Amino acid sequence: MSDTAIRLPDPRRLVVSSSPHAHSGEDVRAIMLTVVAALLPACLAGVWVFGPRALLVLAVCTASAVLTEAILARLLRRPVRLSDGSAVLTGLLLGMNLSAGTPLWIGAIGSVIAIGLGKMIYGGLGYNPFNPALVGRVALLLAFPSALTTWVKPCGPGGWAVPVDGMTAATPLGQLAMAGGWIPEQVMTVADNPIGLRECFLGNIGGCLGETSTLALLIGGIFLIARRLIRWQVPLGFIGTVALITAIAHAAAPDRYAPAAFHLLTGGLFLGAFFMATDMVTSPIGRLGGFIFGVGCGLITCVIRLWGSYPEGVSFSILIMNALTPLIDRWTAGKPFGSVPAKGAAS
Amino acid sequence: MPKPVYFSGGVHPHEGKAPTAAATIAAAPLLPLYTVPFHQHIGAPPKPVVAKGDRVLRGQVLAEANGVVSAPVHAPTSGVVKDIVDIASPMGRLGPSVLLEADGQDAPAEPLAPIAAWQDAAPDVLRQRIAQAGIVGMGGAAFPAAVKLTPPPSKRIDTLILNGVECEPCLTADHRLMLEAPEPILTGALIMARILGVKTILVGIEQNKPDAIALLDAAAAPLGIRVQGLRVRYPQGAEKQLIYALTGRKVPTGGLPMDVGVVVQNVGTSAAVAAAVREGTPLYERVTTITGTPVANPGNWRLRVGTSYAKAIELAGGITGETAKVISGGPMMGFSVYDLDTPVMKNTSGILLMAPAEVSQYQSHACIRCGRCVDACPMHIMAEALGVQIENERYDLAERTRVLDCIECGCCAYACPAHRPLVQHMRRAKQEVLARRRAREAQAKH
Repeated sequence: MSDTAIRLPDPRRLVVSSSPHAHSGEDVRAIMLTVVAALLPACLAGVWVFGPRALLVLAVCTASAVLTEAILARLLRRPVRLSDGSAVLTGLLLGMNLSAGTPLWIGAIGSVIAIGLGKMIYGGLGYNPFNPALVGRVALLLAFPSALTTWVKPCGPGGWAVPVDGMTAATPLGQLAMAGGWIPEQVMTVADNPIGLRECFLGNIGGCLGETSTLALLIGGIFLIARRLIRWQVPLGFIGTVALITAIAHAAAPDRYAPAAFHLLTGGLFLGAFFMATDMVTSPIGRLGGFIFGVGCGLITCVIRLWGSYPEGVSFSILIMNALTPLIDRWTAGKPFGSVPAKGAAS
Repeated sequence: MPKPVYFSGGVHPHEGKAPTAAATIAAAPLLPLYTVPFHQHIGAPPKPVVAKGDRVLRGQVLAEANGVVSAPVHAPTSGVVKDIVDIASPMGRLGPSVLLEADGQDAPAEPLAPIAAWQDAAPDVLRQRIAQAGIVGMGGAAFPAAVKLTPPPSKRIDTLILNGVECEPCLTADHRLMLEAPEPILTGALIMARILGVKTILVGIEQNKPDAIALLDAAAAPLGIRVQGLRVRYPQGAEKQLIYALTGRKVPTGGLPMDVGVVVQNVGTSAAVAAAVREGTPLYERVTTITGTPVANPGNWRLRVGTSYAKAIELAGGITGETAKVISGGPMMGFSVYDLDTPVMKNTSGILLMAPAEVSQYQSHACIRCGRCVDACPMHIMAEALGVQIENERYDLAERTRVLDCIECGCCAYACPAHRPLVQHMRRAKQEVLARRRAREAQAKH
């Protein structure tokens, strides 16, 4: 009988599940690891500018973040999901937001705070209202203000960045705040050597180890936009707003306010705009919402930089806007296909 | 013809149509046993009119329509009613079904009188014939066709749309039917247009079927029927998205196509209408794609209603590899079945087998708010917010977030990198919201 040769599926081994039975193949881990990959140019730039100690800071922060997540997940009796890559990303971002000369134990504490108070306490990845890496960084800034604002001089890949006398160099934004106005010969220097915008763009200036090279950040950011992992509306709104406001301020009072190019290329704007403000969990879902979020970040950053007592405001601005994310989402929620205008609404 | 207007959102899954797109529709040999469920449509279950031991002929009524939104069921061949037992439908619903032991004669019952001069027949006569023939939507929903063709007088219908989009991956049954039987499809459309009193007939076909577009267009143009190729994007064949593409009209939320003056019927349904009217043949067979990587000879077959999935898979040569899933329909909206005695029904457009490597089993994560689901949703619902609301059993919020507008197309879950079971959430919430509404209305009456 030919029938006996015909094989049929074994009903006892059939999987029964709800539709859809197909999937795009994209998963959380791949997303997180792609973002990590996009950060690598800026990390490499940091090591190039500040030497291997930058690498040590990154390694300590990343390792502490992963360890903290592993321990807390067990303590909180939640599934341990290190493989989702989010702890690596948080630790790496925190490290990038520190000086290459930061004492390593401070970096470790920052990671513990970022993962513990920034994420796990809310229930883990997806439930945190604030960007965990920024929670860690701002907590450190408040707890160890002098250590967090002691910057090392760019020493090149062969140097060892330690904050001792003669090795420190304030950030251009810090020098701007100290000078009390736009005095280029005081502001545009690194350890008293004059610099130009080219150095700012390439990253040969004082600052957090992952924020100084605008070029490297731009490469990673464009990669993420091309891979559709971040919405370009966020960095556009953020950077555009900072550019606009600082340009107007500089035009109105050129002696007081630095030009827009200075504000764009120094400080943490590009790191914040491309990698921190775009964090999926803590920023709005939609394109319009993302743009509003970015503009809000830009406004707050400008207020702090131009009139606040901190030289830099990117971290604060993102955290404040994180708090507004649910509201922005509600304001910008789309209408279902075929929505009928509500009765009494304007036609 | 105006350019089509496309919905935003949707996804583009692997099409998987190549293995069967060129497979001509094959006839199936007569089987010794058919399992014919009574309830094969959306609406009231029909009333059985046969009992155990009865002899029936092919095309004889096994169950009569019970009420307005209902449809009769006919015997697929001649034989004896061996028993009436509860059998799982492809949707997993248990329901009484006739076990029909074929006598091998395939003797036809007295056919319904052919209406050769349908051009002159009264719309009511044609409508009644479609109801008598047990025709339901063959694209999947299985809504009684005659009911769709009976809009209330308050709704003015001006357009009939034939749905030949077949956007569901892996299926080619409609594609083959359009290539091999364009004439009945178009005649069915003319009949339905006569019933509705409309002049405009539009056919939508996805551009991945250029041969069907060309063939149908050539045959349709002289009849004044317009064929439109449509962008390949799932779910282009969803009723509201198709109407929008072809007419630019948006069916209001909570509304039906007739609210914008449109009736949509699947191309297979249209061919069945032509057969019922011209030949008096009731609906007891259909074209079904049998496909998937484990299948030995994937293809398209004309199967009688009641053919078991096991017999259908045998027709395709059985399997050559491990099979982890058997799906009724396609991968996006199909139902996975657990019993190969499950019968082919009037709306079984495909039987899809999946190898273990193609079946993703996963643990879902918390939402990371990436927004993929919102971008993919063709109904523009905030799927991400709904998922969280439903997990927290806040059905009141889910109702306000418009869960009832969900068409369960599966785009959100397809796109979700956290593998969240969003479609299951939506189904659960829709049932819950509707149940609560009914409870509220019942309370208001007291």
